[in-house]
Amino acid sequence: MSVRYGLLALLRRGPMYGYQLRSAFEESTGGTWPLNIGQVYTTLSRLERDGFARALPGQDSQRPYEITEAGLADLEKWFTTPVSRTERPRDELTIKLALAVTTPGVNVTDVVQRQRSATMRALQEFTRMKAREHGPGDLSWRLVLDAMVFQAEAEIRWLDHCEATVLRHRPAHPTPTSPAAPDPSTQEAHSR
Amino acid sequence: MTMLELDAVHRTHGTGDTAVHALRGVTLAVATGELVAVMGPSGSGKSTLLNLAGGLDAPTGGTVRVDGQALGGLSRRKLAALRRRRIGYVFQELNLLPSLTALENVALPLELDGTSIGKARRLALASLGDVGMADLAGRFPEALSGGQQQRVAIARALVGERRLVLADEPTGALDSTTGEAVLRVLRARVDAGAAGVLVTHEARHAAWADRVVFLRDGLVVDTSGPLAQPEELLAS
Repeated sequence: MSVRYGLLALLRRGPMYGYQLRSAFEESTGGTWPLNIGQVYTTLSRLERDGFARALPGQDSQRPYEITEAGLADLEKWFTTPVSRTERPRDELTIKLALAVTTPGVNVTDVVQRQRSATMRALQEFTRMKAREHGPGDLSWRLVLDAMVFQAEAEIRWLDHCEATVLRHRPAHPTPTSPAAPDPSTQEAHSR
Repeated sequence: MTMLELDAVHRTHGTGDTAVHALRGVTLAVATGELVAVMGPSGSGKSTLLNLAGGLDAPTGGTVRVDGQALGGLSRRKLAALRRRRIGYVFQELNLLPSLTALENVALPLELDGTSIGKARRLALASLGDVGMADLAGRFPEALSGGQQQRVAIARALVGERRLVLADEPTGALDSTTGEAVLRVLRARVDAGAAGVLVTHEARHAAWADRVVFLRDGLVVDTSGPLAQPEELLAS
């Protein structure tokens, strides 16, 4: 997602100044996505250039912006179109584990456990933030926090799955060029 | 104050070539006000650990202490009394007796221990109040939702002087929102002055604990505690 749709969604509420958009954006995402004011004005300029927002008359150099009909249509299209998985950045952890299982001398079980502990700590911290919330609170923030909780949980489940798969794995064709000191997790996997 | 202590605990089933080493030297301490989650794959020793902590099973090596008392040194009668007075359990299901109301279910361990019915029910009502279930004290389990039943089970686990709750997948049969509500209650009761051990395979539930202990093949392979700088999580 770009900042552009975030600002369009906020302008859908009504005309806003740049600094208002910035604080409303950060409030909606619970501070997980800090914006600088330069990003806000650059994005507003592009939205204006593309006809999705327009500046209203204001005092001094400060002018509020409002969403246009074209902006409303673009925003609606964004809300009704699923986010494509291919638009997400490549995941370093996936690549790290994919390489770990084929790199001699790497103890995959240790790599998995270190990551699992680190992700578990993050998950505990997100849960503490949730526990501090009493009552309905800010719905946007709760949903952002839940997203982080579920993503961390998914990562841990995937790590559990990786560990089980590595332990059960038996190569179809044993390679004659196995390393002199194979890693313990691979040894364990082969002995089962 | 340390409520539960496992010191170099071993549990081996069988002997010789067929021996199964369920726990191989586990050391763990749980203090009042602390909730510890135990995670690990099937067969890693999670349930064995919980059974030993609750005195339902005896270790083949090492020591288990509850509230300062070594369980191995107690007669069967004293061990049973300690279990009734100090330790409560919450399971995934089959927690409550269907023919008793919520209040009667919670009062039952006290009544079995010789407490008068009037006092047992007063304490049971207070414990139900602690989990937000006082208004439904007269209901039978079938008239309660799954989440409400687990809250009653937590009330029973910590009724009277009981200060150690051992929970085995307590949210397993619940949807995610209800499960979270049950864990909130468990967390609050532990914060109010109990010690808890939570066995779960769900990381999202384990995250309610102060510490998460990872078991594999009967050994503690790692422990995850609080982050030094949690604010970095949000800035990344």
